[in-house]
Amino acid sequence: MTATDTPTLDDVPEPAPVDPNAVSITINGRAVTARKGDLIITAAENAGDYIPRFCYHERMSSVGMCRMCLVEVDTGRGPQIMPSCMFPVSPDMKVYTDSPVAKAAQEGVIELLLANHPLDCPVCDKGGECPLQDQSFSHGPGESRYVEEKRHYEKPIPISDLVFLDRERCILCDRCTRFADEVAGDALISFTHRGNLTQVNTFPDEPFASYFSGNTVQICPVGALTASPYRFKARPWDLQEAESTCTTCSVGCRTAVQSTRDELVRYQGVDSDPVNWGWLCDKGRFGFESVGSDDRLATPLVLTATGHQPTSWNSAINSTVQLIKDALAAGGPSSIALLGGARGTNEDAFAFARLAHDVIGTPNVSSQLVDGLPVGVLGLPRATIDQAASAKTIILLAPDLKEELPVLYLRLRDAVEKKRSKILEFTSKGSGLTKYAWKTVYYEPGTQADAVTTALADPAIAVQIASGDVVVVAGRANLAESSAPTIAALNVLLGAIPTASVLPALRRGNVVGATQVGIRPGAGGLDSRGILEAAAHGSIECLILLGSDPLSDVPDADLARRALAGARRIIAIDTFVNDSTALAHVVLPAAGYAEKIGTTTNLEGRTTSLAQKITAHGTSRPDWMIAGEIARQLGTDLGFSSVADVTAAIATHVDGYDGVTTNALAAAPNGVIALAPSIDRVNTPTVDLGDRNAYDFRLVVSRKLYDAGVAVAHAPSLAPLAPGVAVFVNPLDVTRIGSSIGAEVTVSSSTGRIVLTLRADASVQRGSAWVPFNQPTSAAGAVKIGDLIDAGASVTDVRIESI
Amino acid sequence: MDAGTASAGEHVVTTSATTYSYTPGFYAGDRPRIVTSRFEYEDSHTIERFLATDGYVGLKAALAKPAPAVHEDVKAATVLGRGGAGFPAGTKWGLTPPGVFPRYLVVNGDESEPGTYKDRLLMERDPHQLIEGCLIACYAAGLSQCFLYIRGEMAVAQERVAQALNDAYAAGYIGKNILGTDFSLDIVLHWGAGAYVVGEETALIESLEGNRGMPRLKPPYFPAAIGLYGQPTIVNNVETLANLPWLMRHGVEAYTAIGTATSPGTRMMAVSGHVKRPGVFEVINGSTTFRDLIFGEEFAGGMRDGATLKAFVPGGGSAPWFVEDQLDLPLEGRAVGAAGSMVGSGAVMVMDDTTDIPAAALTLTAFYAHESCGKCAPCREGGTWLMRILERIVAGHGTSRDLDQLIQVGQTICPGNFPHASSERLGLTAVPFPYKMTTICFVGPSAYTPVHSALTLFRDEFEARLMKRTFIPVTAVSEPATADSTSLTAASMAGTVHS
Repeated sequence: MTATDTPTLDDVPEPAPVDPNAVSITINGRAVTARKGDLIITAAENAGDYIPRFCYHERMSSVGMCRMCLVEVDTGRGPQIMPSCMFPVSPDMKVYTDSPVAKAAQEGVIELLLANHPLDCPVCDKGGECPLQDQSFSHGPGESRYVEEKRHYEKPIPISDLVFLDRERCILCDRCTRFADEVAGDALISFTHRGNLTQVNTFPDEPFASYFSGNTVQICPVGALTASPYRFKARPWDLQEAESTCTTCSVGCRTAVQSTRDELVRYQGVDSDPVNWGWLCDKGRFGFESVGSDDRLATPLVLTATGHQPTSWNSAINSTVQLIKDALAAGGPSSIALLGGARGTNEDAFAFARLAHDVIGTPNVSSQLVDGLPVGVLGLPRATIDQAASAKTIILLAPDLKEELPVLYLRLRDAVEKKRSKILEFTSKGSGLTKYAWKTVYYEPGTQADAVTTALADPAIAVQIASGDVVVVAGRANLAESSAPTIAALNVLLGAIPTASVLPALRRGNVVGATQVGIRPGAGGLDSRGILEAAAHGSIECLILLGSDPLSDVPDADLARRALAGARRIIAIDTFVNDSTALAHVVLPAAGYAEKIGTTTNLEGRTTSLAQKITAHGTSRPDWMIAGEIARQLGTDLGFSSVADVTAAIATHVDGYDGVTTNALAAAPNGVIALAPSIDRVNTPTVDLGDRNAYDFRLVVSRKLYDAGVAVAHAPSLAPLAPGVAVFVNPLDVTRIGSSIGAEVTVSSSTGRIVLTLRADASVQRGSAWVPFNQPTSAAGAVKIGDLIDAGASVTDVRIESI
Repeated sequence: MDAGTASAGEHVVTTSATTYSYTPGFYAGDRPRIVTSRFEYEDSHTIERFLATDGYVGLKAALAKPAPAVHEDVKAATVLGRGGAGFPAGTKWGLTPPGVFPRYLVVNGDESEPGTYKDRLLMERDPHQLIEGCLIACYAAGLSQCFLYIRGEMAVAQERVAQALNDAYAAGYIGKNILGTDFSLDIVLHWGAGAYVVGEETALIESLEGNRGMPRLKPPYFPAAIGLYGQPTIVNNVETLANLPWLMRHGVEAYTAIGTATSPGTRMMAVSGHVKRPGVFEVINGSTTFRDLIFGEEFAGGMRDGATLKAFVPGGGSAPWFVEDQLDLPLEGRAVGAAGSMVGSGAVMVMDDTTDIPAAALTLTAFYAHESCGKCAPCREGGTWLMRILERIVAGHGTSRDLDQLIQVGQTICPGNFPHASSERLGLTAVPFPYKMTTICFVGPSAYTPVHSALTLFRDEFEARLMKRTFIPVTAVSEPATADSTSLTAASMAGTVHS
């Protein structure tokens, strides 16, 4: 080497940056770079070496129960046999997933697991998609030497209204019991007995009544758990599947929609990392029953002297257009109003928004039903679910998330259980998250702004809030209260914590999407309450109900009744006949979930694609198509000949949706965030609590997961789960009423008087009374909670008297 | 003690040939007595007797020194854990992460290994000695609270420890500012609900927390780091703690003068089975041999009825069996381990030549199959399967394939070479302890241990029990499948990849 050949500093190549999270290991003789903290089972799978497993589930803690994932691991002390789900990778570890010892161990475990398994695969729903079946073929010994009699149990036993357990098939992997305990927080199933007789079971007389029980069926690696809505409906190889998004509520869980012979038979949760982690609530999971209900509207209806008559689409559209033309002639564009749109797709909402705003020219458009929040909350700095579930402080100013947005409840519960976040809850009634909350501040309905102000002055709370990022989950906790007190409290919070972001806890499936793409009041337009009041005053010539049922959903029942009576013409687009469509002059049948493609936007603004899996029921059509047809008849061509056209138009015209293209959604199964920056922030409304006089209980009305809504009422498996209606007070208030638990009492407010059964519930605060909203009641004693509620008042005070 | 002279408190046992009487469980003998010094008194469990016989003197000696000095003493004396693993207690106390409080002492009084009943006697006969030991341990290791977990079935022990705790509280030995010092401690008494696996320390912690008694995964749950209620926790055996008062009273030198350098002091050995005088003996650690223990006049006194020794279990029901070849081994962990078994919990079960070996193996296997907690598949399914096959053989319905199958099923619980003793008679050389296992804890392997030992050392007895098969000479029926065609053979275990 000569002096000129001596490399200079410049010649030395830059050393590759060392990744501090990279761990070099050897798997089956191949050098592999794993991530620090990865379990061996994950590292091997990432490297293409699948290790069989039953108990391991990536969304739950490892327990090492099934011993299926045994591999040989050499960390320098010679090969050891280890469960790969229990040990993280360490530098220079050598892993052998299919060495003779590892294979023998895996085959041994399969043989042992099959020893007492009934092998009734031909009649088992799981057969064909069964990890035990699959892994017996891929990693099993191929034959059994077990000649003894197998374990016998009664098969199957119901462990809840929805789930059956076959203990003979169970391989005791602890997945369902771990899910119930760790993920759902409903540890209602557990191991009982021991040794060879160990079995999963419920506690005596305590069913596995969890809102999340269906997930255990999905994660069961054998056919031990089956759900009654799917049992014996189909074989896995006959199923067709499309990935979609659940629109039961606004969380937007990703699902796999499965059908056979053009009939929906099952939804499975899909693991969407930013949203649902693979979990679904039972209402969403089993809601497919309502899509296939025989009660669905199949043909358009027109009102005649003898009631509703089926008619053709041509004639129905002609009638619809005539109604609109008549209204325009009678009262001008602003005498026409549109309510609804939150149950459909973004495309449906956009098409109707164009129809209302641009074609008809009315600003009176709202996707809510006096039960939400002013659209301005969507203009606040928005948090994602991930941001909420990793925020140092989560402030709840929201309804009971377990009841209304169940999978969001799971995510926030996880944030607390994993000690990432602390929850500061403001509520007037204990909620599902109360027991996980760091602090719960109970306020009397209407006084939440004061409660927030007082709480923020607390030094401990101030320290907690100052410790990191804050996400406020804001929603309408109490339907007997106007939205004003919540907005006032939210404004206090945002004033005190300027960096806080907001996750709007609005409930209906696509309420955020519908509002953002245009179903919101235009300049000078009325909101939902304004529309109803205008209708009640007789100034609405035509009311368009887009998948909305004001008579069931508007908290103020009297206002809804007067509005529908006062509206001169009603056009309803819906999937079912309901109380409100019964009053409509034209009813147009709409295609339902999984019957149309499109996009939906969840509460984060995350826009995902919806899949069509089955043919639309009867002659029903997607809403966007109906809007286009009406617009064309009114003389304007919206230019939509396919859903793709509408999606493209949204991307072009709607503020914030420019990234939401068909291609972008196809590339991002987790969706694209679309926010609407043009929506103005909310103002502080006035809260007037008034005098209580003799109305000594302040009313809290909120929803339960199962109610009389269409998704539950038309699903035979879910309908019986609605708990029914009663008035709940604190146990200490029962004697004050002078009645006893279980007795009938009258509940009267300044607007109405109803009879309810009195119940005690310690989560209800003293001095307040709680009634679940929209519960099925017997035909004889049909009770409208809304009779007590005045949409014009900030709060509702009631008197409870024994009969 | 001669036949026919049973005094008050003695039991009379009649066998077919001779009647023996013995005081249940304990013989003093002419040996150093560290933990059994009060056993001869009828009222040894009372605080009065305890205080009259140097009671709480060791505690006072300990409290007179700084805590680290007491810890150093325990380390210097190499007090070995008496629960089975034989890990030095002083070292164990040092494994807690610094600065994490509270930290707990959990006393493992869930003695349930078949053949073992030394801790029961220590709790029944001298509960204050155990309490004193707990106090010394907590003082030395800086532990904030003590939990005393007593096996569910030990009613007398539960009663006497409870009484002793009350008396000690009343006398100011437990509670706030013990003996006027800054040292305060509470001792919580907990009664188990009857599960063998709870003797495993992490399962015991689960049980103590109110959960189902199932072992926790290690790592990360080494109790010293993450134990009871997620806090650093020391789990010590009853006998280990019972050694501490004597050590404090007499000092390290006096303690290490007894026994060998690696195993100082004494240890309690429980002998049961076909000996003249079954019971618990405090023997000198390390130097005493199995021959001394089984045949020594001051110990078990030899085989009963003039029978000869066939086999013995040296360390509780889960230990591989020994035969006469191993009689001269000392009761010391390493020597016994090299010879293919373990000293374990200090229980020797002796079998004479009348023993039905397959039935004896079945008895032990059935115990472990029944006590499986059900967590790991190999233990839950494999243990019961082994039991079923053994039942078939014992009932006379076994076939020669069943014997291979016992080994093959056992291999799914314990892959590879399983430890066993050497035997001159069979020309076997020993395979040293321990075994590999596919389960979390030792219950699964323990179900296989008696099967393997019995089948390795006494295969002829199994073969004699097999069903005599008569094949009907029909040409279409072939012989049963050979070992080569079964999928999980010993050959595949040894490294041959089979198709």
